Amino acid sequence: MVTLMNDIQSDQERPKDKLIVATAALCGCFGCHMSLLDIDERILQLVELVEFDRTPLTDIKTVGKCDIGLIEGGVANVDNVEVLREFRNNCDVLVAVGACAVNGGVPTMRNQFEIKECLEEAYIHGIGVENPHVPNDVEIPLLLDKVHPIHEVVRVDYFLPGCPPGADTIWLFLTEVIAGNAVNFPYSLIHYD
Amino acid sequence: MSTEKTFRLDGKAIPFEDGETVMDAALKAGEYIPHLCHNPDFEPHGSCRICVVDVNGRHQCSCTLPASEGMDVDNSSEAITNKRRTLLQMLFVEGNHVCPACEKSGACQLQAVAYQTGMLNPHFTHFFPKRSIDASHPDIVFYFNRCILCGLCVRVSRDVDKKAVFSLSGRGHRTRIIFNSPSGKAVDTELAITDKAVSVCPTGAILPKHHGYETPVGERLYDCLPISVVGDAAKHHTAKKHFLNGDPDE
Ligand code: SF4
Repeated sequence: MVTLMNDIQSDQERPKDKLIVATAALCGCFGCHMSLLDIDERILQLVELVEFDRTPLTDIKTVGKCDIGLIEGGVANVDNVEVLREFRNNCDVLVAVGACAVNGGVPTMRNQFEIKECLEEAYIHGIGVENPHVPNDVEIPLLLDKVHPIHEVVRVDYFLPGCPPGADTIWLFLTEVIAGNAVNFPYSLIHYD
Repeated sequence: MSTEKTFRLDGKAIPFEDGETVMDAALKAGEYIPHLCHNPDFEPHGSCRICVVDVNGRHQCSCTLPASEGMDVDNSSEAITNKRRTLLQMLFVEGNHVCPACEKSGACQLQAVAYQTGMLNPHFTHFFPKRSIDASHPDIVFYFNRCILCGLCVRVSRDVDKKAVFSLSGRGHRTRIIFNSPSGKAVDTELAITDKAVSVCPTGAILPKHHGYETPVGERLYDCLPISVVGDAAKHHTAKKHFLNGDPDE
């Protein structure tokens, strides 16, 4: 962590007083972003300290050069791979936020099955399916044969486990990183569920 | 008496009797050495290697290592914790451990030991093995995704329940738990919900049916305090069962 902090601090030629943060939701449930919002009124403190780049909160669609990239969700389709690589290329510190980003989480339960079986179960044989057919619009990103945690695709600098990590975990992480400190979580803030 | 035999664990003198292992003596003295395949009530197995310690410069498995005088045992240095964390990471990527979707979460020994070593990520590439579920038994369900092959159920069913319901079969990454029945199904074995073997699994691989998520998040076994304070899940399981049966003595 200490070296990560140095990375950020040594980047002093950039004329700015705020760290730039981007976030993305890949194959997750958006719970980690909800958990980020659970910091409640502390978000006012946060926007004093950071500027948001691409994130579902700002609706900016492309990611620029950032200090910190927060990734929720694992990698399940080709779009997830592209977004993740873009984040890695643009963020000094890339953080896996939550169980799905850290180890694939609940979506990896589909790894037990062939993709064909999953699609047929959802769109053809599933209970209450009307007009059964597997969606095939070219706009829909193709699924990967397995769901992967993000460290299996790009290098990851920090991991925040939890499904989701609590608001206090995210808050502690962000404030410590912004202050340039090493992050030490107390026992109660680390859980895998 | 000064005739008492001792070894040193993290610099502290730990008394032992001849024949006792480093693990036995440490637990008796109230010192926690992380472990998964070990349960002090049964014969040691030495298979999970989580209880690895550094003894006079060599890595040893403390649950099978007889204590002897002059041993200088390192149980909690960063180097040893790093070794244990790596072993845990390998256990996690070798199976399918989806904690958010597991009834044992919060009271799982595998998870608790991982918390204790500060494991924040799985580090390795996941294996995502295809493993089955056996829900044939009316009272018990088996999630082989979560089995770490510690062999506790095998040992306890054979040695305590005297039924030998389980066996480890295959080699290497194909090793798995099998049932001793002509059909290979749990329902066709002699296994009963009251068997000791059902309560010793350190993960969520063997679970009672019709129960689950009964304890709220925040109040589960390892939610507030680490396993080094709380102790093994199996110990609490037994205590709870005795309590439910009106025998709070355990
Ligand atoms: S089912 Fe549980 S007790 Fe049996 S070998 Fe697997 S992890 Fe160990």
